[in-house]
Amino acid sequence: MSNPASSTNMTIKPRKRSARPSALKLLARNHLALMGAVIFAGVIILALITPWLPLVNPDATDPANRLLPPLSDGHFLGTDHLGRDLLSRLLWGTRVSLAVGISASLFAAFFGSAIGIISGYFGGRTDNIMMRGIDMVMAFPYILLALAIVAALGPGLMNALYAIAVVNIPFFARNIRGVTVGIVHREFVDSARLSGKGHIRILLSEILPNVMPVIVITMSTTVGWMILETAGLSFLGLGAQPPQADLGSMLGEGRKLITTALHLSAIPGGMIFVLVMSINLLGDGIRDILDPRLKSGALARPAPVTRIDRSTWDGPAHAGSGHVNGQPGAKRDAEKGAILSVEDLRTEFVLGDDVYKAVGGVSFHVGRNECVGLVGESGSGKSVTALSLLGLVASPPGTIAGGRVMLDGRDVFDMHEQEIRAIRGGRAAYVFQDPLSTLHPLFSVGDQLVEAIRAHNRVSYKEAWQKAVELLRMVRIPNPEKRADSYPHQLSGGMRQRVGIAMALANEPELIIADEPTTALDVTVQAQILKLMNNLREQHGTSVLFITHDFGVVSEICDRVAVMYAGQIVEMGTTQQVLENPAHPYTKRLIDCVPRLGETAREIAAIPGLPPAVNDLPVGCAFADRCDRAADACRAGAIDLDPLGDGHAVRCIKPMEVRHA
Amino acid sequence: MPDIVLQTRDLVRVFGGGRTLFMGKKPSVYAVRGVDIAVRKGETLGIVGESGCGKSTLARMLVGLDRPSDGDIQLSGAQLNDLLSQDRHALSRRIQYVFQDPISSLNPRKLIRETLSAPLRYLRNLSGKALEDRLKELMDCVNLRPEFLDRYPHEFSGGQAQRIGIARALAAEPEIIVLDEPVSALDVSVQAQVLNLLDDLKARFGLTYIFISHDLSVVEAVSDRVAVMYFGRVVEQAAGKALFVEPRHPYTRLLLDSAPVPGKRGLQGEEANAELPDPMAPPPGCAFAPRCPYAQDDCRKKIPDADFGLDNHAAACFHPLGRMA
Repeated sequence: MSNPASSTNMTIKPRKRSARPSALKLLARNHLALMGAVIFAGVIILALITPWLPLVNPDATDPANRLLPPLSDGHFLGTDHLGRDLLSRLLWGTRVSLAVGISASLFAAFFGSAIGIISGYFGGRTDNIMMRGIDMVMAFPYILLALAIVAALGPGLMNALYAIAVVNIPFFARNIRGVTVGIVHREFVDSARLSGKGHIRILLSEILPNVMPVIVITMSTTVGWMILETAGLSFLGLGAQPPQADLGSMLGEGRKLITTALHLSAIPGGMIFVLVMSINLLGDGIRDILDPRLKSGALARPAPVTRIDRSTWDGPAHAGSGHVNGQPGAKRDAEKGAILSVEDLRTEFVLGDDVYKAVGGVSFHVGRNECVGLVGESGSGKSVTALSLLGLVASPPGTIAGGRVMLDGRDVFDMHEQEIRAIRGGRAAYVFQDPLSTLHPLFSVGDQLVEAIRAHNRVSYKEAWQKAVELLRMVRIPNPEKRADSYPHQLSGGMRQRVGIAMALANEPELIIADEPTTALDVTVQAQILKLMNNLREQHGTSVLFITHDFGVVSEICDRVAVMYAGQIVEMGTTQQVLENPAHPYTKRLIDCVPRLGETAREIAAIPGLPPAVNDLPVGCAFADRCDRAADACRAGAIDLDPLGDGHAVRCIKPMEVRHA
Repeated sequence: MPDIVLQTRDLVRVFGGGRTLFMGKKPSVYAVRGVDIAVRKGETLGIVGESGCGKSTLARMLVGLDRPSDGDIQLSGAQLNDLLSQDRHALSRRIQYVFQDPISSLNPRKLIRETLSAPLRYLRNLSGKALEDRLKELMDCVNLRPEFLDRYPHEFSGGQAQRIGIARALAAEPEIIVLDEPVSALDVSVQAQVLNLLDDLKARFGLTYIFISHDLSVVEAVSDRVAVMYFGRVVEQAAGKALFVEPRHPYTRLLLDSAPVPGKRGLQGEEANAELPDPMAPPPGCAFAPRCPYAQDDCRKKIPDADFGLDNHAAACFHPLGRMA
């Protein structure tokens, strides 16, 4: 049994690397960050090699040559009011400023993160005491606090460093505490506790590695700020003391002569600008790479409609998989009245060098007032199929690479963006799995229903509100007048799903596409929702495409079923045909591996192995590696969906014996 | 009864409560409201209930991740609370836990080897070669190849990750494993693999399981005894399949009627008022009374109780359903 599992794993590992570019590559792709990195690296190298450069002593005064302009002989950047070489002072000063800024942020990061992690991990009273302390520090204006610290300790570079570090501790502490609180309640922390780890081990080996990226992000965005603050304190004469040079004190000295010798302040000012800007650009780049939300593509704005590129598609005629009922004539008859007819739909995701064929040529139709079930395990492509129908797959990375979706005889993919938008929620509506994440948390459910109604109809708010209450009554929500004012979090899961269904019904759609609408619900609530959907279908004559993984739910609500595996339909027929006489070995085994209530004597027969990865599909049958009936022919080439009569079809060379009544 | 390995008495867990700074009362949520269960060595006790019934809180208390507000838990005669304050490790060597979400129960930044070594190192004091050998043995137990030790959690499918979660629990060599919805996050075909694996391991190591799930058919398939929970209490318990054949509590009946069965049609869902009572203000009587078609006046005044033994079939109901003629 380990054979198919191991082979997929072996191939996935090297592929992963090519699919997700390395952090350095990502940084190189961000040109601004790359520029920042190059400039910052240049400044660092200069600062590091300063002691070995042929520079004059930065503190050696030479009153005879005071206030020389830049490009003077022997003094490339000129001299200051005491005749000291500006280039030398600038490089030594940059060295000091960098050292102070970086050590101050390391200091602040260390203590701030320690406070944050400890208070986030222990919570309760510890958290309360530590955070109120931090709040107190934050209540003072930071520059005042820094001034007070320096005033108490006396001026000097080290004291300025402490002041800046202390002032920045709250920033780290708050940030890290927030992240830690989110991690502490994750199951792996409980799991470590049960593995016998103590608090200190958990903090160091479980929590710290997970907050490390946030510490790095916070540091990369604060170093620049710290350098500015050091310069600020030195500018006020509280940091570096004469004759030592740092960028802030040079700026402070130059200020007095700004009208006569502009270069005295412009040169250190320019250096601060270059340094801080390069650090900030680099910091932003690092944040973009490390932040998981940005990594997942939150910054890339998805297109309103999935990208459609059917250039490589050779049309339904060659697809060979579209013939459900055998003869094209019979097929046409069956589909004549169909509200939805999908032909050879192909949806792909391109990530790095990999093409994931999530949907690889799916054809089916939904008749009027019919409920068709799309059944499959996770990764079988059933949800992507549903989203592709109205171009809702996020693009990038999704592309519709082929196929036609005929809605009432017109191809959706030939329509204009506006037309597709008018269909969504209008003639065809979706119901999703998790109503809590599809409803907006800040608007009352009534308002959200009104919005859905008014997006498609020109009616007044009042009329729409009445319609909304009517809809809530239709989905059997008790006391709908009052419930319309509730917010999603005030409703139970079942009630929220009723609102989701009400929203789908808002514009009397001809087709409802329901993507696992009852999976997140308790069984008693699921039973109610299924009953409700059945009733609504009878009363309004709506057609339903019902996506689920549960054969029990299928037999409750669906007239016909299509079973999906690895992006293709492997079997299709009426619910009775598929459930009682499954022809495809996968369907048969999928039905058999679910324990059934009241049939404990039946052995639960697991299907060995795992489904193939859709970026590495085999040539022949995708199920062959897990199938005990597989022969060489199964792996030789693509297999068609063969009709078995009465609308029952199977994509298998050696189907199970089918007994039709 | 010497063969009882775990027993709870009047177990209660209240969240919140206490007083605010200005002596106002803070609201308290009753998650578990008096649960008595007992488990014999080598059996599987199934606990079924819907979301919010307190089954996960109960599970966390059994392994010491949470402490009861009232009542006690006995582990082979020893008080779990005493064990917890004296020696956490001793408790973790006896009873272990398998989490619902296999991926999130593994630290994303650690190799499987590090995750699995922790219990061996801290609970069983293994190191060096002995630890290495045991790691391989554990991977073999859950049918995973030893190369997988040097991978990160994101490289695994849900079913494989759950095997690792089971291996982590086994590493402590416990007598009892609490399985909190171990297969609900998995695909059906993988679900069966994991259920069969659990069955093998139980026979091989003589384990005792407490199997918690919302899925009646799964619980029926794996359990020797089943307890049904509703709103923080056990409402019905029976040995064998009696509970599924002739449920006594109306709630159990409703659960059974609500589960869709492949090949059958015509579910009878209840009307729309099917909601749990407010856990901040539990009703004085039976919590199921507002939904119950058989509820009478006495149901709303007093909480029905029952004597849940080890082999009997009892329901906490004043008007239990009789035999179907």
